[in-house]
Amino acid sequence: MMQAVAIPPFERFYEEHRSEVLRLLRRRLDAERAEDAYQETFLRALQAYRRLEHGEHLRAWILTIARNVAVDTLRRTRPQSDLAEPSADDGRPAYEELAPLTDGLPPKERAAVVLRYGYDLSYEQIASALGSSEDAARQAASTGVRRLRRRIS
Amino acid sequence: MTVSTDLDQRFRDAAATLGLVDVGFDVVDSPIGALLVAASDRGLASISFDAEPERHLERLARIAGPRVLRSPRSVEPARRELDEYFAGRRRAFDVAVDLRALPPFTVEVLRELARVPYGETTTYGELAVRVGRPTAARAVGTVMNRNRIPIVLPCHRVVGSTGNLVGYAGGLDTKRALLELEGALGQ
Repeated sequence: MMQAVAIPPFERFYEEHRSEVLRLLRRRLDAERAEDAYQETFLRALQAYRRLEHGEHLRAWILTIARNVAVDTLRRTRPQSDLAEPSADDGRPAYEELAPLTDGLPPKERAAVVLRYGYDLSYEQIASALGSSEDAARQAASTGVRRLRRRIS
Repeated sequence: MTVSTDLDQRFRDAAATLGLVDVGFDVVDSPIGALLVAASDRGLASISFDAEPERHLERLARIAGPRVLRSPRSVEPARRELDEYFAGRRRAFDVAVDLRALPPFTVEVLRELARVPYGETTTYGELAVRVGRPTAARAVGTVMNRNRIPIVLPCHRVVGSTGNLVGYAGGLDTKRALLELEGALGQ
């Protein structure tokens, strides 16, 4: 039987990924907002951390949270029309297989689909990562899948 | 990209303030060397004479949960009391202790140990008698040896029946230094 990868103590996880998270945020936001987003990213991760069921794909997980925080930050400060998903210029994380398929989805739906079907996270965990309710997370994943189905068929 | 000390510190403070840390730790300087001090929301969870955090992260996670984070704010009350103790201005600790996940006998012995006054010593045998297990001196010794909150739970005040210091997780020199600080050793 496969042994689940143990969840590392948060300090080790944080030390391992913090530089990359800041780099991603700095590419999408100005210095000041990137620092706020950095804090928010890791606070969201802390909120969800106890509910993780295993320690796999943690890099993809934290980078997805960071992307969502960046999108939320831009949404708060930019007119709606400017809100395009930033190009994936940060090096593809581990969910490469799902990424091309989901590229055209709105950011929240894309994140929900990838976290649910790429990483098998629960809706509770996804809600926490996205900073939304569990219902909203379920709704986003379901709408995303419907949209993909329409596109494929 | 290097995360500035300031940004890092702000995140750690925010995490502790928002109660998102299961166990926060920091390195605290003392006259007997650097100590790794860790606290949960229930109280002081660990003090180690080996102050290298990397060697303690898994152990701390097993005590209180996986959200182990270096966070000076989490250990501030303990740091203040330890500073006062080492400066000779404090004889008893007021911080709560987190004894979760310890067997009932261990908790009973540690509670009894906490009653041994500053500047006095007792023996393993006496402590065994006080918890109602007069033949369990050796088991009491094991509890002292594994005491995860030394200094605050004063296992340095427990000595052999002939008055010899016997042993100490932090080394006999440390045990002697603590007893000297408290004036418990005849000159």
